[in-house]
Amino acid sequence: MSMVAHSPPSAGPARRLVDGRRLIIGIVLLLTAIVIIAPVGVILIQAGSQGFGAFLGSLSTSDTRAAIGLSLVTALIVVPINTLFGIAAAWAIAKFRFPGRKLLLAIVELPFSVSPIVAGIAYLFVYGGQGLLGPFLDAHDLKIMFALPGIVLASMFVTAPFVARELIPLMTLQGNDDEEVAATLGAHGRQIFFRVTLPNIRWGLLYGIVLCNARVLGEFGAVSIVSGSIRGETNTLPLQIELLYHDYNTAGAFAAASVLTLVALVTLVVKLILEARIGEGH
Amino acid sequence: MTVLDQAIGRPLAGPAASAVKQGRVVPGFRLSLGVTLVYAALVICLPLATLIFVGAGLGFADYWQVVTSPRALASYRVTLLSAALATAFNTVYGFMLAWVLVRYDFPGRRLLDAIVDLPFALPTAVAGIALTALFAKNGWFGAPLLAMGIKVAYTPIGIAVAMAFTSLPFIVRTLQPVLEELDSAVEEAARTLGAGAFTVFRRVVLPILVPALLAGVSLAFARSLGEFGAVIFIAGNQPYVSEITALVAFIKIEEYDYPAAAAIATVMLGTAFIMLVVTNALQAYARRHEGDRR
Repeated sequence: MSMVAHSPPSAGPARRLVDGRRLIIGIVLLLTAIVIIAPVGVILIQAGSQGFGAFLGSLSTSDTRAAIGLSLVTALIVVPINTLFGIAAAWAIAKFRFPGRKLLLAIVELPFSVSPIVAGIAYLFVYGGQGLLGPFLDAHDLKIMFALPGIVLASMFVTAPFVARELIPLMTLQGNDDEEVAATLGAHGRQIFFRVTLPNIRWGLLYGIVLCNARVLGEFGAVSIVSGSIRGETNTLPLQIELLYHDYNTAGAFAAASVLTLVALVTLVVKLILEARIGEGH
Repeated sequence: MTVLDQAIGRPLAGPAASAVKQGRVVPGFRLSLGVTLVYAALVICLPLATLIFVGAGLGFADYWQVVTSPRALASYRVTLLSAALATAFNTVYGFMLAWVLVRYDFPGRRLLDAIVDLPFALPTAVAGIALTALFAKNGWFGAPLLAMGIKVAYTPIGIAVAMAFTSLPFIVRTLQPVLEELDSAVEEAARTLGAGAFTVFRRVVLPILVPALLAGVSLAFARSLGEFGAVIFIAGNQPYVSEITALVAFIKIEEYDYPAAAAIATVMLGTAFIMLVVTNALQAYARRHEGDRR
């Protein structure tokens, strides 16, 4: 950037154009370093500065271990369910024309527009003690709020569109021709899906699954309403970060945060690889 | 979203169109639609409908009293102003970022392109504690800023910083495809006709990009209005000063004041619907605009 600032005033128009380019790239890189790189850097540096032993120690306290376990269990339940939902929604919306199709697409994408806090509160009014199904759940001794089912349901809402959003444009662009040929040749529904459609959409599908997984592991707002944040029981990893942070256990909070940061970085690397693969497919 | 809408809007052509007319050749319509409808009804619609129902059940007087209480009003002001500040910053920075990514070739461009998605991939709570650490009075940025007399953490500026971080990708990713389509021959023509670089940008480039820019801006603004995780760490959460609306709703839940939580949540939901309609209208406008040029 200093090169730009000190460029000779006698420079011609062409020379100035090049310098303008460098100036803009320089400003953008500087801003990106401040706005995006620094927050990730501070997490990794704070976590790393503890030394590896202390870092592992921070992660292996029983509450943090329980939080990691709960987050993983939640992801193991939510991601497969929303993958199946995403495939079903994409199949219906991309392969067929029917009345209300655009409305259905809007509803599938709705969770993107709703604040996670609003989602959490909405779920509380359905499954909470004073909620719509509260008396019924009480009578049958079913506990959904402030327990794993509530966390799973809220996470399902928040991440419902992720797989569908990746698949719908992909499947719409690919059209129905391959499937129609297969059907005409006598293939059954399952054969068509696994042998014709799935190979066509696999990279997009995998990308959607990876994004969905990252979001489930990182969801905070909706889960903070429905989990009740019971230490060692209903705290997911992001909630545990908040708890440690407010307990002034900064080392523990940053160690836990670095785990989720690594998940985010791996997600981005996978994204880069998959995008190249999706690009090859076209 | 733009790409998606374009893809959806495209009518079926050739054999697919005739197949639809003759009855469906591709199997699985009823199964996939059935699964989608049941899931969408139970997981997406039921909770939101219940929330609206509970909010409506409050009665107008009670509802009005909650949503216009001084604390709620102050939270709307803080949320709207911070979101506006964040979006204003992102409009400039996001525009430059998209421009650099599409127009210039330099070492590390692909890496920069990937980095733009980091705010989407990073959990909001992680972003929250990271930004707080950076902007706290002894942080990398907080210390020098404080020396200049600017306090960021635990003020509405801090809220704007958190909102800017989480909503940046919306503007970049909405602008990028439109910028890629923009033919630089138009600019060259204007240059040949004697227009200066700034004039070309203002009179030729900007008008073409404005619809997409507005769509990205409304997406980013909407996201900022609903942001919670990243904000609450850095905000200080002082009622009337640095308390966002989402936090007011959260606190009402913690106080077991469920009717008040429902009222505030419906205000947020209503705002989200309005922003959704605005964004869709802008995207439709952007697409029409694109169509005109072809």
